[in-house]
Amino acid sequence: MAALLELRDLVTVFDTADGVARAVDGVSFSIDRGETLGVVGESGCGKSVTALSILRLVPEPPGRIESGSVLFQGTDLLQMSEPELRAIRGNEIAMIFQEPMTSLNPVFTVGFQVAEALRLHRGLGKREAEREAVRMLELVEIPEAESRARDYPHQLSGGMRQRVMIAMALSCTPSLLIADEPTTALDVTIQAQILELLGELQQRLGMALLLITHDLGVVAERADRVMVMYAGRVVEQGPADSVLGSPRHPYTRGLIASQPRLGATGERLQPIAGMVPRLTELPSGCHFRTRCSLATDRCEREEPLLEGGAHEVACFETSVPPAGNGGRHG
Amino acid sequence: MAEVEPLLKARGLVKVFKTGGGVFGGGSAELRAVDGVDLDVWRGETLGIVGESGCGKTTLGRLLLRLLEPTAGSVEFDGQQLTGLSRRQLRPFRRRMQVVFQDPYASLNPRMKVGRIIAEGMEFHGLASGAELRTQVLELMERVGLGADAWDRYPHEFSGGQRQRICIARALAVKPELVVADEPVSALDVSIQAQILNLLGELQQEFGLTFVFISHDLRVVEHFSHRVAVMYLGRVVETAPSRDIYERPLHPYTAALLSAVPRVDAKARTQRVVLKGDVPSPISPPGGCPFHPRCPVAEARCSSEVPQLLPRGDERSVACLLV
Repeated sequence: MAALLELRDLVTVFDTADGVARAVDGVSFSIDRGETLGVVGESGCGKSVTALSILRLVPEPPGRIESGSVLFQGTDLLQMSEPELRAIRGNEIAMIFQEPMTSLNPVFTVGFQVAEALRLHRGLGKREAEREAVRMLELVEIPEAESRARDYPHQLSGGMRQRVMIAMALSCTPSLLIADEPTTALDVTIQAQILELLGELQQRLGMALLLITHDLGVVAERADRVMVMYAGRVVEQGPADSVLGSPRHPYTRGLIASQPRLGATGERLQPIAGMVPRLTELPSGCHFRTRCSLATDRCEREEPLLEGGAHEVACFETSVPPAGNGGRHG
Repeated sequence: MAEVEPLLKARGLVKVFKTGGGVFGGGSAELRAVDGVDLDVWRGETLGIVGESGCGKTTLGRLLLRLLEPTAGSVEFDGQQLTGLSRRQLRPFRRRMQVVFQDPYASLNPRMKVGRIIAEGMEFHGLASGAELRTQVLELMERVGLGADAWDRYPHEFSGGQRQRICIARALAVKPELVVADEPVSALDVSIQAQILNLLGELQQEFGLTFVFISHDLRVVEHFSHRVAVMYLGRVVETAPSRDIYERPLHPYTAALLSAVPRVDAKARTQRVVLKGDVPSPISPPGGCPFHPRCPVAEARCSSEVPQLLPRGDERSVACLLV
């Protein structure tokens, strides 16, 4: 069966004063129907630009999708006309962002905004759309949905606003939801609510989820598969348990060792040395080599490619799984 | 347990902000950001303060430093009452208590070079001058991981993590005893966050610092602190040594907060308690226990009786009628 969404060698660049920044540098991955793919990485690794490129929402200029393809149910979104693409956006593929306040219009009630999406995409009449909007707000578990529908965005809490965004995104039962840091601005108890809600809705509606986050814990709990990005490239991808349980790429290992764990009070963290290089000044070969303790001359000369079947890694030093496949300590 | 008196001692701290009553009239309301907090911070320890947005942790941090005037209550530093002191009388204490904020860019003067930023406090408090000053600043810069070339550069030339190193150097330049760090790593990526946390830990040992470490991130607080105080709606609901709070949380809110933290390690995951609803507004907090509307185990009396923070042995205290 063909994947729901398949990216092949996507390259998205930005023109900057310091030269061309390759924000997404040859990214390939696929998502099946109903599957959750988690994308992790630190600021500037290209995870958000990848998401925006899928729906061709990268601001042009300064940005530009240079090459590659984005196959959605077999059709390349990058070759579509703008009207064709508009029929996909919101209908088949919906997107939610980190800060719900900036994505909602402050001068309309939330009920009106959800109804508007329904009228636009599903061609419902005014009354019908309003009734359906309330039903959507109930679906995302907003209490007293009928009266909350008459509220303006500023009258709702951050968690409630994100629920409204999810209601809007789901109003046309998309087959893929792209969620870019959907819980980063929320408190941890509210984050737990939203993640649980997303999981329930996904099961109910059979929707695939592309979950972008910097939080490894969120990905570990919600994703079926994980993709780790560094400086515009995918450095490791595979089943979530495998990637997070026995990480192979030195960057993935570093990310996990950097994160304080509950129940390990006072344990010294093992940070990754140095910092993420600027996209206009990337090192040759493997982009991670300047921060990597395993780097060799080869890493400077050649660019490692993703290899290894179900659990792939782009690293010369760790691409061969350790013999015996026991617990590995790098 | 040689010490009798804590370095910092807060008793009955209350801070009320007036809200509303703006240009369009409308009723003004009282927001009780901090609502009766007692805290002891012992010399050499790190006290972590954790809670969600609006719980009053930042306001509490500012009250402890007397950057804000409390509406009621008192703060004692090294046995000296700070409340009621004039600006001039406060000055020697200002040197002994320093602060590091979340946004390292907003707290650095963009027109000053890094060397001057770090040196300014030392000069002001008369700790060093001339060549001696320069030597000391350069030593400190090196210690926090800034190159000597940083001396002549401006804050905007640095990344977030490097800027936080500048803020830390500035705070330590005046040889403080207490540092209040308010979300010092929240704006940083996880690999940089780990660098800064390790640095703070090393500096604490070397300089014998006492820390009040404020954060919304339980993982970070638990990692970095000796003791943790959990806040909810302006009150401390539980205090305990870090390890105990993780292994055996007593307050239902602490338990829910812990269980909500996403875990990388599948084996460490526990049964999640998903709290219903949002944190109520501190303008109209619920009666009785402030947590009772969201509490999974609340009983009838929780809506009328206010639980006090009471000691439960083993250096632990909890404010819950049911524990």
